[in-house]
Amino acid sequence: MSGVPRFLWVPAVLAWLLVAVPVVGLVVRVDLSNFVSLVTSDAALAALWLSLKTGLATMVCCLVLGGPLAVVLARSHLPGLPFIRSVVLLPLVLPPVVGGLTLLFLLGRTGPVGAFLYDRFDITVPFSTTAVVLAQTFVAMPFLVVSLEGSLRTAGERYEAVAATLGASPVTTLWRVTIPVVLPGLLSGSVLAFARALGEFGATITFAGSLQGTTRTLPLLIYLQSQDDIDGAVAMSLVLVVVAILVIVVSRTRDVR
Amino acid sequence: MTGERSDPLVGTSRLAADVTVVRGSFELEVSLEVAAGEVVAVLGSNGAGKSTLLGALAGLYRPSRGEIVLGERTLSSPSETVPVHRRRIGLLSQQALLFPHLSALDNVAFGPRSTGSGRGNARRTAERWLAEVDAGALAGRRPAQLSGGQAQRVAIARALACEPELLMLDEPFAALDVDATPAVRSLVRRVVRATGVTTLVVTHDVLDAVVLADRIVVLDAGRVVESGTTTDVLTRPRSAFAARIAGLDLVPGRSRADGLVTAEGTVVAGTHPEPVDDGERAVALFAPASVAVFREEPGGSPRTALRVRLAALEPHGELVRLRASPVPGGPEWVEGLAADVTPAAIAELGVEPGDEVWFAVKAAEVTVHPAGR
Repeated sequence: MSGVPRFLWVPAVLAWLLVAVPVVGLVVRVDLSNFVSLVTSDAALAALWLSLKTGLATMVCCLVLGGPLAVVLARSHLPGLPFIRSVVLLPLVLPPVVGGLTLLFLLGRTGPVGAFLYDRFDITVPFSTTAVVLAQTFVAMPFLVVSLEGSLRTAGERYEAVAATLGASPVTTLWRVTIPVVLPGLLSGSVLAFARALGEFGATITFAGSLQGTTRTLPLLIYLQSQDDIDGAVAMSLVLVVVAILVIVVSRTRDVR
Repeated sequence: MTGERSDPLVGTSRLAADVTVVRGSFELEVSLEVAAGEVVAVLGSNGAGKSTLLGALAGLYRPSRGEIVLGERTLSSPSETVPVHRRRIGLLSQQALLFPHLSALDNVAFGPRSTGSGRGNARRTAERWLAEVDAGALAGRRPAQLSGGQAQRVAIARALACEPELLMLDEPFAALDVDATPAVRSLVRRVVRATGVTTLVVTHDVLDAVVLADRIVVLDAGRVVESGTTTDVLTRPRSAFAARIAGLDLVPGRSRADGLVTAEGTVVAGTHPEPVDDGERAVALFAPASVAVFREEPGGSPRTALRVRLAALEPHGELVRLRASPVPGGPEWVEGLAADVTPAAIAELGVEPGDEVWFAVKAAEVTVHPAGR
């Protein structure tokens, strides 16, 4: 009936279980009687709020910066395009901790840009909420760029060429044709970037530290609590799992449409 | 309708292009003029340079030499290039390419909106053009809900709603179902005639040229090899390419219920694949291989028999092609009509140039199409 060779079934099922079982294990482990008080503690609410806030800010940064970058990658004919694209993809393969370190070296008080900002404007970037957003944008940007560039390439330039023959200037064409045509890709890319930002740990803790209410996002709090208060860590993990499932559902329904 | 624009006339401008366009190793060098309101068909095989020509006119390729002038404006010259969106050249290609996120109405309103019309005006213009292409009922549909023929109708309305000074049709029916083609083709003919827009049709289908065009330009290997009225090029082709694609017998006249009647009253019986009004200008088309040759006037099934004088016998593959010329006092239009018959039939008939014979063709073998001027 199906063309799948039978010997693939065993590893395929194992792979699925490897993802699904730990999540189920987590759900089973949740202390339901104290769940509400655990996820509504001051520390938890502060972390959740900070995560949502920085996640949305990251999404906006990715859209405002990554969107134009995707258009340039998909539509321009720059000579070094493959090289530029590889650099954009770097955060996908780089350990986030390393990403955080590179940001720290650049923007830390002794770094080339950080020293300039501190001396001139008295601005300190590391260990601030801004640093959280920067670290998250660093790791989440490729998700939006890759997704959007794919949509742009699939849509091709045919519609844009038609729009031009209908008298639409390049700017009009961008707003009224290009963006609406790639909207599904733009939305799923944004959702993916938001999800990646929500889960970001390594780059954030290296570059922004772990200060409650300022830089301690949900993943940081979970890691901290897993050292002494395992019930609290598990309860908040469940919150992240639910958010992750919501994100997948949202981006899937977009794909189907 | 009341108000400022009661008729759907769009601007008519003369096109004059004399350009060289180089793309890789291919070079297109053409000099082409289309009078205001004229419909010219550019015929050519694949690789003849048709799409390069359209691309250069639309502004996608920059000519290495020469000028393109549309109406009063120079679109392209060595010193200046007008960008695509300011050329006012409408383009209809094989694929309708309706914007998938917009309704049919909004697709048609796109051009007027982009060129500065307000929302309400653009809507009214779009409704008018949709009605013009008999697609008023499709206004609210998304492109995904339209058939190929419907989508192409909407695309025509969209191209014309911008009031282009030049309309370019790039193999406009090539991607349609065979069944949908005649209706869309006669629709295009009607709106192009009604608006009087200067039009360039690029096609490899002789029928498109017959139905739509006043004049044919034949392109081969990047050069214009032939140019003339549709009837002249198709009945008396001078270039090898035109002869190969034409290869059809063509009788001009006016349509009537059972076929076509020529100027002096000969009736050619045939069928109408697309709707043609009685009395409308038309041509009857048939293949030389479907023509039977007789010594005496044939009778029998509904067919047309024409008295002709044999002008020439030429080998034509396995067959022999007989060329007709008028008999004294007979109609002039039989000049050049061809009949392909087997060598055995020739031997049996015992005909030679100068003999008077009958060319007969069955009604079922003849199609009658509306024709250009």
